Amino acid sequence: MLSAEVLAPIIIGLPLAGFLINGLFGLFLPAYREQKTWIGILATLMVFLPFLGGIALFNNFQAGDPAQIITLFTWMDTGSLSLDIAYRIDQLSLTMILVVTGVGSLIHLYSMGYMSHDEGFWKFFAYLNLFIFAMLNLVMGDNMMLLFLGWEGVGVCSYLLIGFWYSDMAKSDAAKKAFIYNRVGDFAFLIAVFMIFQQIGSLQFDDILGSLNTFDSNQLFWIGLLLFIGATGKSAQIPLFVWLPDAMAGPTSVSALIHAATMVTSGIYLITRLSPLYMLSPEVMMIVAVIGALTAIVAATIAITQNDIKRVLAYSTVSQLGYMFLALGAGGFTAAMFHVITHAFFKACLFLGSGSVIHAMEHAEHHLHHKGKHVHFDPQDIRNMGGLRSYMPSTYKTFLIATIAIAGIPPLAGFFSKDEVLMHAFNAGGTEFAGAMYYVLWGVGMITAFLTAFYMFRLTLTTFHGSFKLPNRYPEAAGAEAGLHESSWNMTLPLWILAILSIAGGWIGIPNFIVETFTHEPAHINLLHAWLYGIAADMKISLSHTAEWILMGVSVFIAVTGVTLAWRMYGKDNQEASDAKIRARFGGLYETWVQKYRLDEFYEGLVVHPIVKFSDRFLAVFDMKVVDGVVNFVGGFTRFSGGVLRAFHTGITTNYALFLIIGVILVIALMIF
Amino acid sequence: MLDPTLLLNLTIFFPLFGLAVMVLVRNELAVKWTALLTTSATFILSLPLLFSFDIANSNLPQFLTEGPRILESMDIKYLIGLDGLSILLFMLTTLFGPIVVLSSWTSVKKQTTGYYSMLMLLLTASLGVFASLDLVLFYIFFELSLIPMYFLIGIWGGSDRIKATLKFFIYTLVGSLLMLVGLLYLGYDAGIATGIYEFTSDWRFISGEAYIPGLTTQFWLFLAFAFAFCIKVPLFPFHTWLPYAHTEAPTAGSVLLAAIMLKMGTYGLVRVNLTVFPNAFMEFAPWMAILAVIGVIYGALVAMVQKDVKKLVAYSSVSHLGFVVLGIFAMNTIAIQGAIIQMINHGLSTGALFLIVGMIYDRRHSRQIKDFGGIAKVVPVFAVMFMIATLASIGLPGLNGFIGEFLILIGSFQSELYAKPVYAILAATGVILAAVYMLWMLQRVMFGPLDKDENKALTDLNWREIGLLVPLVIFMIWIGIRSADFTQYSEKWVQSALEASQEKAMLVLQEDLSK
Repeated sequence: MLSAEVLAPIIIGLPLAGFLINGLFGLFLPAYREQKTWIGILATLMVFLPFLGGIALFNNFQAGDPAQIITLFTWMDTGSLSLDIAYRIDQLSLTMILVVTGVGSLIHLYSMGYMSHDEGFWKFFAYLNLFIFAMLNLVMGDNMMLLFLGWEGVGVCSYLLIGFWYSDMAKSDAAKKAFIYNRVGDFAFLIAVFMIFQQIGSLQFDDILGSLNTFDSNQLFWIGLLLFIGATGKSAQIPLFVWLPDAMAGPTSVSALIHAATMVTSGIYLITRLSPLYMLSPEVMMIVAVIGALTAIVAATIAITQNDIKRVLAYSTVSQLGYMFLALGAGGFTAAMFHVITHAFFKACLFLGSGSVIHAMEHAEHHLHHKGKHVHFDPQDIRNMGGLRSYMPSTYKTFLIATIAIAGIPPLAGFFSKDEVLMHAFNAGGTEFAGAMYYVLWGVGMITAFLTAFYMFRLTLTTFHGSFKLPNRYPEAAGAEAGLHESSWNMTLPLWILAILSIAGGWIGIPNFIVETFTHEPAHINLLHAWLYGIAADMKISLSHTAEWILMGVSVFIAVTGVTLAWRMYGKDNQEASDAKIRARFGGLYETWVQKYRLDEFYEGLVVHPIVKFSDRFLAVFDMKVVDGVVNFVGGFTRFSGGVLRAFHTGITTNYALFLIIGVILVIALMIF
Repeated sequence: MLDPTLLLNLTIFFPLFGLAVMVLVRNELAVKWTALLTTSATFILSLPLLFSFDIANSNLPQFLTEGPRILESMDIKYLIGLDGLSILLFMLTTLFGPIVVLSSWTSVKKQTTGYYSMLMLLLTASLGVFASLDLVLFYIFFELSLIPMYFLIGIWGGSDRIKATLKFFIYTLVGSLLMLVGLLYLGYDAGIATGIYEFTSDWRFISGEAYIPGLTTQFWLFLAFAFAFCIKVPLFPFHTWLPYAHTEAPTAGSVLLAAIMLKMGTYGLVRVNLTVFPNAFMEFAPWMAILAVIGVIYGALVAMVQKDVKKLVAYSSVSHLGFVVLGIFAMNTIAIQGAIIQMINHGLSTGALFLIVGMIYDRRHSRQIKDFGGIAKVVPVFAVMFMIATLASIGLPGLNGFIGEFLILIGSFQSELYAKPVYAILAATGVILAAVYMLWMLQRVMFGPLDKDENKALTDLNWREIGLLVPLVIFMIWIGIRSADFTQYSEKWVQSALEASQEKAMLVLQEDLSK
């Protein structure tokens, strides 16, 4: 069997190799760019083989085994600072490796179909491989800085892929916005790193977690808070989440991979990795939980009002990430990771499904163009859709399965993970550690669960049920449905695999109490808990089994209510009327949701615009007129020296040169001899 | 194999040999080839120096050549050698030789002999600055480097070159004159300490324990030298010559200015101010750090609103070199090591940016951001190079810029001199701002719709241009992932220089008390 020493570098190295091969050949050999089959297969293999490597490692690894650290070479070494390029194989990193490369492989396969007509095909796959490479560094790095290398690396790939169709200024704006908002978080991350290093002189995870007692509570507070701020950037939480919906400008498979399944969960990974540190700072835990719950509900309310299929999913992602942070803040680190995993399955499935839908809509548009009807409509607007289930059955079925999963209907994946998240929130309410505030957060989580079930079914029903509405909205688009069709096998196969995972993926974390209630002795059916035990410093659940059953029952009831309501309002082609009904009911509040709480305008008006204006109108002028002016004035040389220069300016340069050589030689010679 | 000591001398003066040949051949093509061969040979000659450099003893000058004293009583001499502080900057200079010659290959058409002669002279002067261990010799080379740059901007520069030249020349000259006064005083003061000579400018002696300058002396001498070096860096608020000079200079001039000449300032701060005036150094450290932090933020904000690509890159230099100064005055190993590697990094990435801007200027004859847009579509290789240099410049981990900034910030954060980590925290906002101004510029130049007809016919980089950027990219990545390969050269130097200056500072204080 291959050892971790061999496998870890291969897992890391192959995606990089894929990036270099496709990137360099594509860049310098135009003929290579046409070999799309080869490019796609190579790129997919460079993610799939690491997945197999991850499985091999996983098989060799037992719960409770100590971490294996594979050091490749020295990265930085000066003074007391020493950082290696070293990878860490343990239960947590293996979990993430499998999610990243597993979901990654499926999305690569899907992209071969989705991007098949794009002229930047080679570039797309090069970037995608580079992303996987960076993401693996993030989850496998053995020290804070290698994690940070991955952290920034995925940020750049995200930048490149959001702005993939860069000729559209709005898309390249979205890319830039994502990177800069992330950088704000990264700034906080760096300060936390500086504080850790100042205190313990090391940035290696084992050293940090092994010397937590050397930090005072003030330091722990700031380190925890600053790292969390870093996480709010990458994982799109309040106040830095506004970049994620705009990031939907990228190709849909990118949204699935980067902006749903993997990159945006980095913040959750980071906090789980450092969970013992967080457990020492209840104040930070509270902040994390509050921000998480707040983000969850804020994003969910916005999601209700959106009509762009990808934007609904984007806000849904923000909201689900909020759940994960709520779990973290309540001491449910395993629960958060559990939700990371199940969310990766169903949200990737949903995004890929939306890509399939968008493809079909675009195809309908092309079809009309072929018939000489030049209709332009937004292929992502759900108001143009409806009835798609009969045209694309696989997409519909998988999308529906994933929707049921995210809505939290048992026994699908999302049910178990969401239930565990909420259970932890409730549990924290009863502990001395946290306090009653957590009951409120649990309540917020419950409302969000209702909203989630509601807006997701609104989306699914409007898109796939009822009648095809495009011809109603655009009379000249009659006959467009002839252009609708199911996507090719390399797109539907990943959908089905993800749909199956959306069903069964939650079974790795079935709560032990379900068995314990009947057997009255400790059960071990929660595989994930056993697997992450010792890494995730979970707070103990101190609820009685009865309470757990009741909570679970309430969760199910809430989810079913949300689904039922959505079904009644959106089940029969009545989206716009129902939307209007909600608008009438909530009035000004609804407007706030539609306008996304005006956060973008707030940042733009209060931060970005003033700084740019200040720099442009004041600093730049100040620099030229004042700083430079003082110098000119003090020197008083401008006119004087003009004359001097004219005397020099005979125009025969070689004369100067000759003169200078003589001078130099004279001086140096004088010194040598 | 040649004796490395001889090789060092040869490397420094080889460009002058090429210059002599150029004056003789006078044929444009022959001149260009002479320049290329000379600079390539200089680079190759310098390589054995790197390989035979004794890293374990990098605190000691190596490959020493010591000429006779200029007068019996005056200890001024031809004294050159390389140590841990200078070796990488020296190599960077020889590396840039062939690169700048190649970058000028087609763009310089007038007075080629003169142009390439100036480049040769500039190379020798720069190499001399980094190799001099006698401060008078250092001063001569320091001044000598001004002259070719003066002509490069003044004759081959852009439309507003006269103003730029004047500003550049007089600014730096004022600084240099102050340094000269300081140097004279220092030489005589140290001369007394020798007990033998009237005057000495041997750095080994002056920085050693035998010479204990008083506190007041240190105070004034520190200012005199620091003033000259800060103008060169340039540190806020002495930076206003830089945007003019950079914008108007021909590409090779901007590249050498950014990559090499600005480093003479930061190099001088370490070489002279740190080792010779340790007490004053510590006293001024917080003040210098304030200027450095202002420079980081101010440079970034002003860069953000520039409309001219070259000017934007010039202001970004003000910001980046603020980091270097911050690292130097933190006065601990990590931060100073960061500052040294950041000098190299800034040379590589800003050098590359100026080369890239020059390439697009050659094609389009504009440096205005608004004249571009969407050109990534027509010039993909150019776009990739631009992207890599930009990412290096904004400090992306995995590329070189990050290493320097990170070491500087983490070192400054725990600096005892700065007392509070607030300097490092404020400077770290430069990390955000750098992303803002560079990506905004990149976006406006490379992305968006390709809506200007002049841009549609742009040709992508040719093999010459790719070839001269590739070595820079290789080093950006190499330093980015294996920085220890590079920082090891100066590690011992920095450690022993810090120890020596601490000891010296103690001695000074003791002496001061006993008075």
